[in-house]
Amino acid sequence: MNNLFVYCEIEDGIVADVSLELLTKGRSLANQLGCQLEAVVIGTNLKDVEKQVLPYGVDRVHIFDGENLYPYTSAPHSAILINLFKEEKPQIALMGATVIGRDLGPRVSSALTSGLTADCTELEIGSHEDKKLGKTYDNLLLQIRPAFGGNIVATIVNPEHRPQMATVREGVMKKEILDLNYKGEVINHDPKAYTDSLDYLVKVIERHVEKSKNNLKGSPIVVAGGYGVGSKENFALIYKLADVLHAEVGASRAAVDAGFIEHDRQIGQTGLTVRPKLYIAFGISGQIQHIAGMQDSSIIISVNTDPDAPINKIADYVITGSIEEVVPKMIKYYKQHSK
Amino acid sequence: MSLKIVVLAKQVPDTHNVGKDAMTAEGTINRSALPAIFNPEDLNALEQALRLKDAFPGSTVTILTMGPGRAADVIREGLYRGADNGYLLTDRAFAGADTLATSYALATAIRKIGDYDIIIGGRQAIDGDTAQVGPQVAQKLGLSQVTYAEEILKVENKNITIKRHIDGGVETVVAPLPILITINSSAAPCRPRNARLVMKYKRALGVQEKSALGDQLPYAELYDQRPYLNLAEWSVADVDGDLQQCGLNGSPTKVKAVRNIVFQAKESKTLNGSESDVESLIVELLDNKIIG
Repeated sequence: MNNLFVYCEIEDGIVADVSLELLTKGRSLANQLGCQLEAVVIGTNLKDVEKQVLPYGVDRVHIFDGENLYPYTSAPHSAILINLFKEEKPQIALMGATVIGRDLGPRVSSALTSGLTADCTELEIGSHEDKKLGKTYDNLLLQIRPAFGGNIVATIVNPEHRPQMATVREGVMKKEILDLNYKGEVINHDPKAYTDSLDYLVKVIERHVEKSKNNLKGSPIVVAGGYGVGSKENFALIYKLADVLHAEVGASRAAVDAGFIEHDRQIGQTGLTVRPKLYIAFGISGQIQHIAGMQDSSIIISVNTDPDAPINKIADYVITGSIEEVVPKMIKYYKQHSK
Repeated sequence: MSLKIVVLAKQVPDTHNVGKDAMTAEGTINRSALPAIFNPEDLNALEQALRLKDAFPGSTVTILTMGPGRAADVIREGLYRGADNGYLLTDRAFAGADTLATSYALATAIRKIGDYDIIIGGRQAIDGDTAQVGPQVAQKLGLSQVTYAEEILKVENKNITIKRHIDGGVETVVAPLPILITINSSAAPCRPRNARLVMKYKRALGVQEKSALGDQLPYAELYDQRPYLNLAEWSVADVDGDLQQCGLNGSPTKVKAVRNIVFQAKESKTLNGSESDVESLIVELLDNKIIG
């Protein structure tokens, strides 16, 4: 009772990276709280799925293996979580800020009237003082996220309601196996006892999933462009540089919104989080949502015509100049010196 | 077959165009410096609703929004583009709502509207980007939901077929009506205003807007002759709302702290774009095996 729960997402029998990242974070938060870490896996043909999650330090894994639970649909998955949470009364429940997590989380929180914070970039344990009530709450989940278009960072707490729920994007937390032989309890539940036949009315009749077309997450060098790149044509320059450096191309939301580049290359709070050895930002002003997705890069170079662009503050190298003048020089000198 | 469609729409500050005067020196937001707009994905949702109305004559499209008096703008905008009517949920007791309290208020208003086949709204609003209100409303009304929808493919025999975005792909789902749908920004953009409808509704006003004008209200007699110019406003009492579940009272999440963005300044090297500066940078990166 009162433990920390992580909902594990499944694609083709494989637990999603974002869920394993949350198990890793969940383990460390559970240690701080002195509680257990529990995982929930819902799907079809889940034989041996516990082997994928237990090594992350999971004390109990709840498995719901039944027909029509894969692919994911909203109602049966939320009914299972709602009913399980009513029994187990978790203090914290985490899930990925994926299409599935963002479909499921609010439904569960609405039924349990618990608070839910979307797209957190940091999770911590801490206390909160309600000055009006003169009351202090200890060991709360501090849910930290950029808000209001990224102009501020807010820390959200749920003092009175349980579970404290939060979603986190893939790549924000780090995934780390604790112990390959970690011993946890495996509990096989009967999904029928947790769902109603009316929960299965929505049917998936066609499904088409492609592996990501780019390797942004794993690339050691990322060359990214922002609104300041100015046009789709100028993005061709960025691709050219990326090609020469064997890098992947990323972008800020503003560049995606302007139609310069496709959405699956967006880096930031509502896109991908990357941690490359080298991050070169062209014409990116540096809104906090973007920074949230690349600040852990080892070396950051900012190329901007505005010497006061906010991103320059976190950059190791700042080049004041335009993309048209800087990119060709970079390519020229790389080719000249790399041999 | 005709459909009764409710479009959930929100008036939001245009957070994508935050000017320099939008933040105060203390790091709080100066809301009045931000233009208020129709939440972009709610416009995508309105378009899907209007397409259904085109396909099934006799269907009605109702705009439901919550906000201060000036949020009547959202209803007018919807009417200009083809909606039939609208309701503005407005009450001090609704203020300070998080997503849960917001969904409670919207769900009570939808119950008050009563007869509906489809509730449709944007996936998320740009001032919060949470995507929570849609599913929370669906749960409160006991409805099925389809989120991240890109296109409504067909409605037949009280079943709806929807193409939706999922991580790394798309899927097609079939669901029975009634249903709640949230629309992704990748869906078709909303049609423009219709000039004839703009003429018809340009004097439409909410109760608060009218009373703010008082004696200065132009063409006052029109509002009795043309009832559709009076935009409906509902308070907590009008929708039989429970005050404990509205606004700040009904919000389990509290904001503990808000801080302005202050980056930890690194020791950075500033270069200009000259040949020698770029060359020395590239050489340094190569020497340190960062590139190459």
